Amino acid sequence: MTTSERSRSVLRFASPQYFYPLAGKLAPWFAALAVVLTLAGLWLGFFVAPTDATQGEVYRVIFIHVPAAWMSMFIYLVMAFWSAVGLVMNTRLSFVMSQALAPTGAIFCFLALWTGALWGKPTWGAYWVWDARLTSQLLLLFLYFGFIALTRAIEDPRRADRAGAIIALVGAVNVPIIYFSVNWWNTLHQGASVSLTKAPSMAATMLAGMLVMAIAAWMYTIAVVLWRVRPMILERERHTEWVGTVLEKELQAVAANKGGRA
Amino acid sequence: MLSTFLAVLRRDLLLAWRGRADVLVTLAFFVIVVCLFPFGVGAEPNQLRAIAPGVLWVAALLACLLSLHRLFAQDYADGTLEQLLLSREPAAVWVMAKVLAFWLSTGLPVIAVAPAMALLLDLEQGGLSVLVLSLTLGTPILTLLGAVGAALTLGLRGGGMLLALLVLPLFVPVLIFGAGAVEAEVSGSGALAHLLLLGGGLAGAVALAPWACAAALRISTE
Amino acid sequence: MQWESWSAFWDMGGAAIFVWGSYAVTFGLLALELVLVFQRRRDTTRRLLRWRRAVGKEVGKHDGGEFEPALESER
Repeated sequence: MTTSERSRSVLRFASPQYFYPLAGKLAPWFAALAVVLTLAGLWLGFFVAPTDATQGEVYRVIFIHVPAAWMSMFIYLVMAFWSAVGLVMNTRLSFVMSQALAPTGAIFCFLALWTGALWGKPTWGAYWVWDARLTSQLLLLFLYFGFIALTRAIEDPRRADRAGAIIALVGAVNVPIIYFSVNWWNTLHQGASVSLTKAPSMAATMLAGMLVMAIAAWMYTIAVVLWRVRPMILERERHTEWVGTVLEKELQAVAANKGGRA
Repeated sequence: MLSTFLAVLRRDLLLAWRGRADVLVTLAFFVIVVCLFPFGVGAEPNQLRAIAPGVLWVAALLACLLSLHRLFAQDYADGTLEQLLLSREPAAVWVMAKVLAFWLSTGLPVIAVAPAMALLLDLEQGGLSVLVLSLTLGTPILTLLGAVGAALTLGLRGGGMLLALLVLPLFVPVLIFGAGAVEAEVSGSGALAHLLLLGGGLAGAVALAPWACAAALRISTE
Repeated sequence: MQWESWSAFWDMGGAAIFVWGSYAVTFGLLALELVLVFQRRRDTTRRLLRWRRAVGKEVGKHDGGEFEPALESER
């Protein structure tokens, strides 16, 4: 493939030089969508959705709890996906993507645990029960910590990329096994005193609020990851001409900003 | 291929024999961790009996973890690893040999001592054979998974703690089925399902982990 | 409308601390994440500018030669 052919194909966005400005242009739009959807979701959740018959008002935690839990699992899968792409196709950008995703995934994972604990206290009477879902979520958080710690501990970016990719894939293979084993363990040890089944019927407005919040979490994730990946790209590509141009522009923008304020 | 496997296995076992002090340290660690529990939870026999399977398994798991960082460290330091990676043999073969030698020199002694420690915790006699069996099926999985982590953290500052952080979440299923097997046997519901799952896990780990470990070693030595 | 008054809304049927505790921590953490991301962006730009000045005009001509000054670490 010649350079001109390459620059015309969609694949060119896999090259850092094209991806960097694209990410900068797209991120604010996703952020704006996230804000709008969050407001809509909160309005649905707090003012339209009715009081739950059995749980009262406290169930309203669900509008962040479930999206956070979904996001944390999904982000891990996306991380593993980019890691696999990076290892197979040898594209540097893929590794950077998976590393930019990890902190956000870990934050959502923690939030799912935190909101789960606050929800659990009034409904189960304890902040923490060793329920299968909660326990798997906790282990997922540890997997995130492992990935982040490993990629940060390695100085050489090439090695950090690949080592991170391997541990992300090993983790992804193990997630279903962990979930299965924790479920098994849970059914053996959990007494009948604590019933964790959610109310089977959910008002349509509750579901709508939850889904809107889930999409908002998606948009937020995309925006923040695009913002996080940009400086990472600059750092990796610091030897190239185009990064120099980008940095000069940045410098001018900062100078203009200062002049305007003075 | 078999000759490479046997040669590496022999060499590593010989090295392990020469450095047998390390093996004794692992073993002592296992014994001491088990002995700590009565001090922590009280020496009430019924309580000890109830926690015995979990305590023995957690102690074995930690003993396994403690020694893991040694798996490739020496070969990495003296350049043997690079030579092996340059050889034309598939890396998974000699990785498997190294892991097996490592398990024989650290896992096996722990398994041998485990029944004695079980008696200290007053585990019922019927559980002893299942304990040994579950450890025999389970600790190789720990070593195989741990080998991937050891390969990834090779030569890193604070590698030991990092290794623990990486592999401990992956050890959880093994712990659940291993300790669960003993408990199921003692409580009379039969350990077969647990042991079969452990066996399946071992087969899966043997099939996949050496490849992942070989890839990780390549990345770490580049 | 679900609520009789604003105070009823803030009270959340007696579960105020659990509901608002969840939401406060969630939005607080996400805001913190955004702040950190933008801080990192600013720091990286400054660091790279300093680095490029140190490297001088050699940048772009070669791909990281032996004389290249080390990039300051992140923290």
